[in-house]
Amino acid sequence: MPPMPRGMGATKPKSKNAGKTLKRILGYLMQYKLRLLGMVVCIIASAYAAAKSSLFLKTLIDDYITPMLVEKTPDLMAGLIRAILLLGVVFLVGVVCTFLYNRIMIPVGQGILKKVRDEMFAKMETLPIRYFDVNSHGDIMSHYTNDTDTLRQLITMTVPQLVNSVVSVVVLLVSMLSISFWMTLLTLAFTALNLFISGKTGGLSGKYFITQQRQLGDLNGYIEEMINGQKVVKVFNHEQDIVETFDKKNTALRGSAQKAFFISNLVMPIIMSIGYLQYVALAVAGAAMAIAGVGGVTLGGIVSFLQLSKSFNRPIDMMSQQISAIVMALAGAERIFELMDQEPEQDGGTVKLVRAKYDRDGETLLETDELTNIWAWRKQNEDGSYSYRRLVGDIVLNHVDFGYNDKKQILYDINIQADAGQKIAFVGHTGAGKTTITNLLNRFYDIQGGTITYDGIDITHICKSDLRRSLGVVLQDVNLFTGTVMENIRYGRLDATDEECIAAAQLANADNFIRLLPQGYDTVLSGDGAGLSQGQRQLIAIARAAVADPPVMILDEATSSIDTRTESIVQKGMDSLMYGRTVFVIAHRLSTVQNSDVIMVIDGGHIIERGNHDKLIAEKGQYYRLYTGAFELE
Amino acid sequence: MIKRLAAFVGENKKDALLTPVFVCLECVFEVLIPFLMANIIDKGVIVGDFGYTVKMGLVLALFAVLSVCCGISAARFSTNAASGFASNLRGALFHKVQEFSFSNIDKFSTSSIITRLTTDINNIMQAFVALLRIATRAPLMMIVSLVFAFSVNARLATIYLCAVPVLGVFVYCMFRKTFPMFQKVFKAYDGLNEVVQENLTGIRVVKSYVREEHEVNKFNKASNAIYTLFVKAERVMSFNMPGMQLAMYGCQILICWFGANMIVSHTMTTGQLSSIIAYSGMILASLMMLSMVLVMVSMAEASAKRAIEILDEQSDIVSPELAVTLVPDGSITFENVAFSYSGRADKNVLAGVNLEIKSGQTIGILGGTGSGKSTLVQMIPRLYDATEGTVKVGGINVKDYDVQALRDAVAMVLQKNELFSGTIKENLRWGNAEATDEEIIEACKLAQADEFVATMPDGYDTMIERGGTNVSGGQKQRLCIARALIKKPKILILDDSTSAVDTATEAAIREGFRSFIPDTTKLIIAQRISSVRDCDAIVVLDEGAISGIGTHDELMANNKIYREVYYSQQKGGED
Repeated sequence: MPPMPRGMGATKPKSKNAGKTLKRILGYLMQYKLRLLGMVVCIIASAYAAAKSSLFLKTLIDDYITPMLVEKTPDLMAGLIRAILLLGVVFLVGVVCTFLYNRIMIPVGQGILKKVRDEMFAKMETLPIRYFDVNSHGDIMSHYTNDTDTLRQLITMTVPQLVNSVVSVVVLLVSMLSISFWMTLLTLAFTALNLFISGKTGGLSGKYFITQQRQLGDLNGYIEEMINGQKVVKVFNHEQDIVETFDKKNTALRGSAQKAFFISNLVMPIIMSIGYLQYVALAVAGAAMAIAGVGGVTLGGIVSFLQLSKSFNRPIDMMSQQISAIVMALAGAERIFELMDQEPEQDGGTVKLVRAKYDRDGETLLETDELTNIWAWRKQNEDGSYSYRRLVGDIVLNHVDFGYNDKKQILYDINIQADAGQKIAFVGHTGAGKTTITNLLNRFYDIQGGTITYDGIDITHICKSDLRRSLGVVLQDVNLFTGTVMENIRYGRLDATDEECIAAAQLANADNFIRLLPQGYDTVLSGDGAGLSQGQRQLIAIARAAVADPPVMILDEATSSIDTRTESIVQKGMDSLMYGRTVFVIAHRLSTVQNSDVIMVIDGGHIIERGNHDKLIAEKGQYYRLYTGAFELE
Repeated sequence: MIKRLAAFVGENKKDALLTPVFVCLECVFEVLIPFLMANIIDKGVIVGDFGYTVKMGLVLALFAVLSVCCGISAARFSTNAASGFASNLRGALFHKVQEFSFSNIDKFSTSSIITRLTTDINNIMQAFVALLRIATRAPLMMIVSLVFAFSVNARLATIYLCAVPVLGVFVYCMFRKTFPMFQKVFKAYDGLNEVVQENLTGIRVVKSYVREEHEVNKFNKASNAIYTLFVKAERVMSFNMPGMQLAMYGCQILICWFGANMIVSHTMTTGQLSSIIAYSGMILASLMMLSMVLVMVSMAEASAKRAIEILDEQSDIVSPELAVTLVPDGSITFENVAFSYSGRADKNVLAGVNLEIKSGQTIGILGGTGSGKSTLVQMIPRLYDATEGTVKVGGINVKDYDVQALRDAVAMVLQKNELFSGTIKENLRWGNAEATDEEIIEACKLAQADEFVATMPDGYDTMIERGGTNVSGGQKQRLCIARALIKKPKILILDDSTSAVDTATEAAIREGFRSFIPDTTKLIIAQRISSVRDCDAIVVLDEGAISGIGTHDELMANNKIYREVYYSQQKGGED
């Protein structure tokens, strides 16, 4: 079993390379240049309309109301109507622009997300098995959930809001300056205070949030572990102890949650109050200036300014809130890009697997599109011509050394010769290296020393996908996919007909139980085939391999969960499945491997015994001891 | 449902009730402030009364401070109430699950229980916080704003009275339209995650069959579905903001026009105009908040339903009153026992089982997958209750025992066994918290675990990782057997617990049982004949019924199934 270092991809709160990540996100955004341009224009228009609504008060009061209070002329009245109509047009444009920029951004945000998701998954599929060994599934999964979600928020919400905020701030600042420089300065002073306080509380609550998040993770982890082991808990009457530990963790979480939420909830009321104080200060200052007649402040100017200063606070608060969203999204995006930047599985192979037929002379192989049952390895010669060799299934391991890393060697000097059609078995303790050997055949891992050849061709020269297509694998842990039983069997060969799938199921003795399922072959399996017994799952996996019909098969504890009586029934199917193929079998049950052509006893990464059943029994070595441990021969 | 959940506010009731009070006070101040501001403008700024401006400014500042005090108190009380509520609810669910019997657990499935305890609780808490603060704040804010707007100028304020219902209907329609759309989006997300999850666990299969492209196509389809649904939902959503703006701008234009006319005809002042416009912002904000709460609450509704399902589940296995607390010996009797899983009464897993096991006997149980072996033994410590007939331990019906006493006397090693994060020693002490180190080592020797534990870097203090991933299958099984042995039980049940242990080691374990715990009744479920061959009696199960009982030789002579199993394990080389 490969080593599984845990927590390698643990979530890092901060991004290491924010600049580069941002650039990459911008790269995605830049594919929508026109839409982005449209968005900015619309946002400016919409922000202008919003500012206009406050500025209009000044016009209304100073240009119309105040003069009209003195004397109501028809001229003024007509002017007022015109002004209001104009305002209406501005507003209407504003509303339309708000609508437009919301609309414009939809395909951008969702499009980028789809692209990122698709690219990430396509990339993931090319990664070597090692990547999946080293990174926990939960961590990889979170790239698709949490990290993509923060990215979604960044693109669909934060970016437009940020643009909106910046534009609003600029427009409002200009508007305020147009009324009074000194009052604007006073407003900015309050804004600074505002930012200072929200920054302080933000930092503090951030600290508590991290504690809270950690404790929540801890508690949820505990819940998960205990509920998963709930039946054991019951068998051992351990409910009370569990509850005590749970209560402790639960109380701790409550405390930290209280602190974190309290502080973050403080920000709003404080900021609002500062807003009121600002309003008061501006009113007093404005009044003083108006009375003293400095700075050309008019009554309408004050009223407008008060309104503007209120609007000014909102985008500023928003921007400060968005900063944390940006930091989070960058960290998430960085993790996504990290996955995308992983080295994909290397494939230096050039030898391809092609359908072939014999020439009229019956000796030369020719490539063909016909559905023959003959396959051939096609090798390109130096002069560009092709040479063919028939696929038969000879596999030779020559002085093979292997370790998952440099520190620990797993296999030492493994020599195996499997002739086409032979059945080779591996016997040994868990961790002896049996499964590892089979993982080398299909190049899930590359060897450090020695060579492996397939029909005389070094497997590193064979195109990986063709190599794997020529090897069928049935593993102990069966993985089924969501879909019907039929689809799961067809996974072995996508163009297999229903009849072929059913024939394969019959061969694996799976047909009987499948027909008893509620919808037979059309029964939808979900949750990795939950509802089926482990044995039934193994039967489906065998059928799946049978449909694929490869010349070489690897059966890694393929029948371990099938009871021996059923196994003996399946055995016939298995035998016909194995007939004419090179088969590598790994099994605990010696009965499964007894009839092999060669049995290899593996211990500590070495082949310590080899030979057929009778020979090994006669040798009275490890195999003999294992065998007699199982049956005391009478 | 709300009533049920409200009970979990518990000791935080005071906090929960005080929150809206302070929220209300905060609102009142917030609304009062624009009201006073009108005065500052009219009586201070316009008239040029600087003294008045300062005086009212100070009053306003005082109000602002009071408002912030109320805000802080509301924050304090609401967070207390919410975190207390979440903690109580989570605790109640977890405690409830601890009472669950096996069939209760089966009914919900493990993963669903975990989701209810984590994600669902979180959703409920967020909705609760929102309800406490925003649900009181938003409507109140709206009402108070309207009242003040009316008191400032009733005629002008009627504009709001027209606009609010229109906006309300608009927000509600948007919600009704988009909510199911977003739910569909979430479902589509589940579909996508499923593909990823299956590829993570099945990556070896995918690569072996060279199905990367096939999987990428599957993923793209799921990904496309999300894209389409999301775009559709967001298209509808994009009417939200402009709709609100339209309403607000419309109000403003009307107010400007009529306001200007009223000021000119001296029925209103300039200050009042600016206050009325200020209220428009508040009314709009409160409407937006309301729509947000609406979304949150409806999302939490499904979560709340699921949490309550757990709370409402009745554990079907409880100790009787006046329970027997001492198990006299390890004898076991099954009388006409039948069993079917609840909800599938039509199909009996076991039927007509009669069995008599004497204290100290070793009994093997053999049978194919699904023959009912595990179910049979799980009725002994009352993990499941027999649907018909009685199961007796020590001559007493298991239903008459105190459940804890019964389970202490019956140790069971489950087929799907778990070790927990912690040291090996801590894991073993699950069997008996007071076990001495010597007792632990002794049990491990018996389970043939001592040898490999001793070679581990920290011996018995080696940390087991979550799920026991750092020990092999066979090692895990042996540790689980040792854990059961430490209980010093009267009955020991091994449910296919040595399947990953090699045959020689397994034989050593059996030999240990024979010589060191001869008085313990031992039930061994196994696949291999060799595992049960030496038993005092072997029970052969087939499709939920006993097909034969006897020693190896007897069964070889008169039980066809047993013979078949035997030969299936014997032959292999011969043919």
